[in-house]
Amino acid sequence: MIVAERKPLGEIKSFVENYKKLLIVGCGTCATVCLAGGEAEVKVVASGLRIGFLREDKEVEILEDCVTRQCEPEFVEPLVDRISNNGVEAVLSLGCGVGVNFLADRLGSTPVFPGVNTEFFGAAVEPGVWVEMCAGCGNCILHLTGGICPIARCSKSILNGPCGGSQDGKCEISPDVDCGWNLIVERMKKMGTLERLGELIPPRDWSTSRHGGPRRVIHEELVSGSQGDEEAAG
Amino acid sequence: METALLKSGSNLERVIQDGHFAVTVEIGPPMDCNEEIVLEKARLLKGLADAFNITDNQTGVVRLSSIASAALIIGEGLEPVMQMTCRDRNRLAIQADILGAAALGIRNCLCIAGDHQSFGAAGRLKGHPGAKNVYDIDSIQLVAALKGMRDDGVQQGGDPLDKKPPIFIGAAWTPLGDPIEIRPLRLKKKVDAGADFIQTQGVFDIDRFRDQMKIIVDMGLHERTAILAGIIVPKNLGMLKYMNSSVAGVSVPDDMVKRMEQARAAAGDDKKKARENQAEEGIKITVELIEQVREIPGISGVHIQAIEWEHRVPEILKRAGLVPRPGQPKGGE
Repeated sequence: MIVAERKPLGEIKSFVENYKKLLIVGCGTCATVCLAGGEAEVKVVASGLRIGFLREDKEVEILEDCVTRQCEPEFVEPLVDRISNNGVEAVLSLGCGVGVNFLADRLGSTPVFPGVNTEFFGAAVEPGVWVEMCAGCGNCILHLTGGICPIARCSKSILNGPCGGSQDGKCEISPDVDCGWNLIVERMKKMGTLERLGELIPPRDWSTSRHGGPRRVIHEELVSGSQGDEEAAG
Repeated sequence: METALLKSGSNLERVIQDGHFAVTVEIGPPMDCNEEIVLEKARLLKGLADAFNITDNQTGVVRLSSIASAALIIGEGLEPVMQMTCRDRNRLAIQADILGAAALGIRNCLCIAGDHQSFGAAGRLKGHPGAKNVYDIDSIQLVAALKGMRDDGVQQGGDPLDKKPPIFIGAAWTPLGDPIEIRPLRLKKKVDAGADFIQTQGVFDIDRFRDQMKIIVDMGLHERTAILAGIIVPKNLGMLKYMNSSVAGVSVPDDMVKRMEQARAAAGDDKKKARENQAEEGIKITVELIEQVREIPGISGVHIQAIEWEHRVPEILKRAGLVPRPGQPKGGE
């Protein structure tokens, strides 16, 4: 999932302190699961802001909402209606960056501010700990590396690792960071495929990643609205 | 090594091909544009080694560039090994710099990943920990790209080069890095990619290094590349301990640490004497290490790193019997 962390309340307040009517909107999917911007966090942020504004004798009306997903029209369109029908001056989204963008594209002149920092695609390795596991680089090579991603989990994203900075299973940048290539080596040892690491992985084509510009995925059969066979999209 | 035509015509290549025990010495450029510092180090070391590595923003700190420093020392009559990290440049910049280096007469290039930018000289300097790193290609892919440019006359993207850059291609190897079982395989990968010579991470634990080299010799890699053992000159006890605890792939045997402790203790409260004793012990250790690695089968030379201590290198090389060096090539380029 997409892992995010709530911004400090002071920073959030600095974004919205000049508006009289705010809507704080959470997201019921990733941001909820990683405890950054779900219904509970909307309440916490709203209370924090109310207390802050009260101390400064500022009258700010704060509305609260939380939608299932901030990245799909069916959940966001009703939100857009609520914003325009209720005289909301500014929106604070506790969804990931996708949610903020998706709202910004639809809100005309109403500002939308980010209440969280969107961090990465990761998994909860233990309660309260999320770790990055995918970089969304658009051309998966996990079949070459035992299912462990060198792009996301090596600090240098090198394809023919490990570099010389691996020590006791940790990365040279910090004893708190696992060396991704050490994980790959250990995994491939267990699988009996270590020798495969002797094959040179050539320079990759980063155009499938962010470096090729903003990306899109298109399922033609859905775009054209055709009701034909449900073949896998090419 | 094959006794064929020289690939680059570099002095280092010639020395290796002629079967001499090769010596390279590292020169660290300054953190400003004072070319005199590079030139002074060059004058001090001239003629004492076969080639001189110029580091490339070593430990993630901005320094006078390796390509410019390399050109400066050529002007003093020294042969550089330009170090090239993958951290700071994408494949366009790397290849442009290699072509530029070749045009400036640089004939050796060491291809390395580079310390992560968060290093900032291990916290001693501010550095630029917030920098965006590149790592478009990794060090092994860089070796292959360089070989493609030199031998096949093609850029990594496939466009042709009319004039090929005659570069002797180097790569680094951390023989005792974790996970240790992958290290021989990774060296093989570098050799397969086209590394003509290898400079290793600093070696202190001779026994463990000998064990790794046995594997390398069994794989026959020493016949396909020239392996120069890395020798880091320990200035004092603090440095030795720091390297043991904090530098990946470096382990210092306990008895070596004890020797340094004794050297310091022998000076009592006299701080100046303690410094001198440790320096002398450090040089003794260095000379012994050089002699020991020289006896290890598969080792073709040494790569000496005296970090900000280059002025002690002449003494070390003399005491190790490594000077004078084999004759310089006539005519250069």
